[in-house]
Amino acid sequence: MLAELTRRLLSTAIVVLGVVVLVFLLIHLIPRDPVDVMLGESASAADREALRQNLGLDRPLGVQLGEYLGGLARGELGHSLHHRRPIVELLAERIPATLELALAALAFTLVLALPLGLLAAVRRNTGWDRGAMAFSLLGVSIPNFWLGPLLILLFSVWLGWLPVSGRESPGALILPALTLGMSLAAVLSRMVRSSVLEVLGEDFIRSAYARGLSTRQVLTRHALPNALLPVITVLGLQLGTLLAGAVITEVVFGWPGLGSLTIEAIQSRDYPLVQVCVLLISLSYVLVNMLTDLLYAWIDPRIRLGESDAG
Amino acid sequence: MSECNHGSNNSRRMTDKLLTVRDLQVRFGEGEGAVRAVDGVSFAIDRGETLALLGESGCGKSMTALALLRLLPQPVGHIAGGQVLLEGQDLLALPEMRMRQVRGGRIAMIFQEPMTSLNPVMTVGRQIGEVLAAHKGLKGRAARARSVELLGLVGIPDAGRRVDEYPHQLSGGMKQRVMIAMALAGEPDLLIADEPTTALDVTIQAQVLELMRDIQRETGMAMLLITHDLGVVAGMADRVAVMYAGQLVEQASRADFFTEPRHPYSRKLFAALPDMDKRDRPLTVIPGTVPTLDQSFHACRFADRCASAWRTCHEVEPAWLEEADGRGVRCHLYDPAHPNPPAAGSEAEPDRLAARSAAPRDLLEVSRLKVHFPIHKGLFKRTVGHVYAVDDVDIHIPTGRTLALVGESGCGKTTVGKAILQLLRPTAGSVRFDGDELTRLRGEALRRRRREFQIIFQDPFSSMNPRMQVGDIIEEGMVAQGLVPDAGARRQRVEELLEQVGLRPEHARRYPHEFSGGQRQRICVARALAVEPRLIICDEPTSALDVSVQAQILNLLKRLQLELDLAYLFITHNISVVAYLADRVAVMYLGRIVEEGPVDRVLTDPQHPYTRALLSAVPRIDTDTGREVIRLEGDIPSPSNPPTGCHFHPRCPQAMERCRQAYPDRFERGSEHWARCWLLE
Ligand SMILES: Nc1ncnc2c1ncn2[C@@H]1O[C@H](COP(=O)(O)OP(=O)(O)OP(=O)(O)O)[C@@H](O)[C@H]1O
Ligand code: SF4
Ligand code: SF4
Ligand SMILES: [Mg+2]
Repeated sequence: MLAELTRRLLSTAIVVLGVVVLVFLLIHLIPRDPVDVMLGESASAADREALRQNLGLDRPLGVQLGEYLGGLARGELGHSLHHRRPIVELLAERIPATLELALAALAFTLVLALPLGLLAAVRRNTGWDRGAMAFSLLGVSIPNFWLGPLLILLFSVWLGWLPVSGRESPGALILPALTLGMSLAAVLSRMVRSSVLEVLGEDFIRSAYARGLSTRQVLTRHALPNALLPVITVLGLQLGTLLAGAVITEVVFGWPGLGSLTIEAIQSRDYPLVQVCVLLISLSYVLVNMLTDLLYAWIDPRIRLGESDAG
Repeated sequence: MSECNHGSNNSRRMTDKLLTVRDLQVRFGEGEGAVRAVDGVSFAIDRGETLALLGESGCGKSMTALALLRLLPQPVGHIAGGQVLLEGQDLLALPEMRMRQVRGGRIAMIFQEPMTSLNPVMTVGRQIGEVLAAHKGLKGRAARARSVELLGLVGIPDAGRRVDEYPHQLSGGMKQRVMIAMALAGEPDLLIADEPTTALDVTIQAQVLELMRDIQRETGMAMLLITHDLGVVAGMADRVAVMYAGQLVEQASRADFFTEPRHPYSRKLFAALPDMDKRDRPLTVIPGTVPTLDQSFHACRFADRCASAWRTCHEVEPAWLEEADGRGVRCHLYDPAHPNPPAAGSEAEPDRLAARSAAPRDLLEVSRLKVHFPIHKGLFKRTVGHVYAVDDVDIHIPTGRTLALVGESGCGKTTVGKAILQLLRPTAGSVRFDGDELTRLRGEALRRRRREFQIIFQDPFSSMNPRMQVGDIIEEGMVAQGLVPDAGARRQRVEELLEQVGLRPEHARRYPHEFSGGQRQRICVARALAVEPRLIICDEPTSALDVSVQAQILNLLKRLQLELDLAYLFITHNISVVAYLADRVAVMYLGRIVEEGPVDRVLTDPQHPYTRALLSAVPRIDTDTGREVIRLEGDIPSPSNPPTGCHFHPRCPQAMERCRQAYPDRFERGSEHWARCWLLE
C-alpha cells in the first residue's frame, strides 16, 4: 500500500511536469508571432519590443523554460496583460468562486444520483426504474449551454425566484450548480443502478438476507458499499468533465470563477493568464484523479490490506 | 403421515417434528412455460436429526432450501403452493417482519461458495455481529466478545485477531468456518447447509464436516444437508431423501438406503461410482439426461433413462408410496396397484475390457522439473522471492498407460501439466517426449510437435469459443497442423470423431451452449483426439460433472485408451476416479511428489503420512468399518514460503525433530513404490 502510494505520487509528479512544459510551449505553438497576436498588427515597434522583452521571448527557449519553471516554483505567476494586475491576485479572487460552484454541483450530483440509481435498481423494471432512467437519459443529452438559459428563463425571468446571474446573493448558486451537476448526475445514476444491480446478484447479499436482515439493512450495509466502489472510479474520471463544464456554466451565469476568467483571457489574448488558467485546470484534473484512486484504495480493504495472508 | 385438521392445539401436539414440508411447489415464471423447479416435495425433520437431500445438478435441491426461507431469486422465482411448518407454524403465511426473525434466528443457512458468500468490504466480526444484533440483542463490546468466542468455537486460531479481518485475508476453509460461526450465532434449531464443503479440499472438507457433527452433538441442532456426494451422506446423515427432476423419488434411513436403495435412480447412482473393483469393466451409466422442468409430466420422470421401465411407466405418473417407518419411494415397481411388472429388463453385466499388452516403454519422461514464479514487490517491482510451484518433479508415463497426479488445490498439479506441454517454460529440468527434449524446442518445431500431446480442462465451457460451431472447434487443430488438407475429408473425420465420443454427426453444426456439461466435455475430448495425439493431459476433467455424467466420460477415456493406445496424465483430487482409471499414482504436496507407486499399492498401503491423511479424509460410502479420519491441523502452507525440512511437518501427526531440518530422501517400498518420509528410513 505504501509502495503503491509512492508510485502513484511519483507518476502524478511526472504528469504534472509534462503538463507544465506543454502549457509553456503553448505560447510558442501559435502559428503567428505571439506578440502580433496579443497587441494586434497596428501596435508600435517599441511596444512590441517591450512586450517581447517582458515575456522573455527574445531569449533562447531552454533559458525561457528554466526561468518559467523557476518562477512557478517561487510562486511567481506573472502579470495579466489585460487586467494589468498580478495573476496571483486574480486567482485569489476567482478560485474560491469556482470551488464553491464545483462542490455545490458535486453535492447536488450525489444527492440526486445515489438515491435515484438505488431506487431504479431495487425497483427494476417498474415505473420507478423507467422514470429514473428516462430522466437520466434526458440529463445526459441536454447540453449545459442550453439547460442554463432554460433554467434562467423558468426560475429567474418567469417565476422571479432566483437571480439571473452573478454571485451576490446565496440563492445565486442554485441554478449554476444545478446546470453543472445535471449531466454528471445523469451519468452517475445509471452507473449506480447497474452497479447495484450487479451487487444484488452476489452470493453475499443472499447470505445477508439469510441472516435475517431487513431490505434496508441489506441495501445500506452490504449492497451500497460494494456498489459504490466502481462508481468512485467513474466519478473521478467524470469530475474532469465537470471542470470543463464549469467554464461554460460560469459564462452563462456570469459566475466570477476560473472558467469565466479563462474565457476572458482568451478573448483578450492575455496569453500569460491563459497559460496559468490552462495549467490550473489540467492540474486539478490530474489531482482529482489521483485522489479518487487513493480514495478507492483506502475504501477497498482488498487493496488497502493487500492480498491474502491466510494460513 | 396422518393428516390432522382439528385445530391448532391438536396439530401442535401431532407435529412434534421440528420442520414439516408439505407438497412444496416452486415455479420460475408464470403460465404454461413456467419451470417447475420443485414440484410437490414433502419431508419432515426431527429435532437434532440430519436429513441429507441428494440429487443431480439442477434437480431442485437449492430451490427447495431457499424456498424454506422464502429467499428464492427475485422476481422470477415464487412459491406456488404447499406448506412449510416450523413447529406447526406455517412459514409461508408469516408476514415478512416475522419471517426475518426466523431467518438466521430459528433457521440458519450456509452456502456452497464460502469465497463469495461474505461481504468483501466488511470485517467478519461485524458480519457475525449482524446476526447477534438481529437475534440476540447483542451490540458493541458484548457482540464482539461473542463473535470472538464463536470463531474460537469453530476452530479458527487466533480468533481475537481474525475477528477484525476482512474475508480476503482468510483461506477458503476458514471462510466456511466463519459462515458456520455466523449460522451458530443465532442459535438456530435448524441449519440448512447447501453443499457446504463442495468447494473445499478433502482434508479441509474433513475438518469442516467433523466440526458440523461436533456442533450438532453439542447443540442438538437439526440439519438439512444438501449434497451430491454419497460419501458425505454416509458420514453425516440420519436419513436420506433423493431428489430427481423436482420431486422426491426415495426417502429412507441411512442404513436402509446404503444397504438396499430402492428407486432405480438411486441404484444407478451407486453403480455409476468409480472404484477399484470396477477397473476391468466400464462403469454403469445412466443414459440420456434429466428432463427439462418446463413441461407437465404424465409418466414417470425417469422412464426414458430407466432400465426397468415398462409400458405403465410411460403412461402413468408413479405415486409416492410410503411405509409405516417413513421409508418411501416413487416407482411403479413397488406399487401393489401394478402387480405384474415384467421381469425387470435384467441388466447384463457390462463386458469386461480387453486386457492390455505388457510393459511398454516410456513415452513421457520428466526429470527434475522445476517451475518457479518470481514474486514482484515494491516501487520498482523487484523480485523479492519465488513461488516454488513445482520443485524437482520426476514423472514417467509409458505408452497407453495412465499416471494420476493427486493433491490438494495449490499444490502445483496444473502447473506440472502446463510445463510438460511447454505452455509454461520450466525454470529447470527436462521433459523428454518419445526421446526428444521438448524444453529445447522453439517456435514452429514445437508447434508441429504439439499435435502429439493435448490437454483437456476442468471447465469444458470456458475452453471453447462460444461463437464457433462444434464442427469448427474440432477441426481447428487439424487445420492448424495441416492434417487432412481436403475440406470434405476433414468434415468426414469430424463426424467420425463425434461418433467416437458418443455424439451425433449432426451436432457438428451446433454451438457449445446447446450442450450439457457432459456433452461439452465430450466435445473437448473429440477436439483433443482430432490431431491424433499420443498423450492427453486431463486436468480435473470430471470434477465439474455429476457422478452419472462422470461415469460416461471415464468410460469414454478408458475405451479410447484401449483403442488408440493413448497415454494419460490424469490430474485430479478424486481418489475413486484414480482407483478406477490409473495405473500409477503420484501424490503431490507443495510442489513435490511425496509418494509414487502402482495404484493398488498406494491406495491400499500408503506409505507417506500425507497420503494416509488424504485417503482417510475422502468420504466413503462403507459407513460401518469404523474408519478413523486422520485429522490434519491447519491449512496448506503457501508455496512461496514452504516450511523448512519436510514441507509436511507442520501438519504431520508423526513429525520428528529431524523432519524440521532436512527434506526426506526417497525411500523404496517394494518395486516401483517409493515415498519421501524419514519414517521409512
Ligand atoms: N433464476 C432462474 N430462472 C429460471 N429457472 C431457474 C432459475 N434458477 C434455477 N432455475 C431452475 O430451477 C431448477 C432447480 O435448480 P436448483 O438450483 O435448485 O438445482 P440444484 O439441485 O440445487 O442443482 P446443483 O446441484 O447444480 O446446485 C433447475 O432446473 C434450474 O434450471
Ligand atoms: S416408475 Fe418405472 S420408469 Fe419410473 S423408476 Fe420406476 S420402474 Fe423406472
Ligand atoms: S518426513 Fe517427518 S514430517 Fe515429513 S511426512 Fe515423514 S514423518 Fe511427517
Ligand atoms: Mg444447488
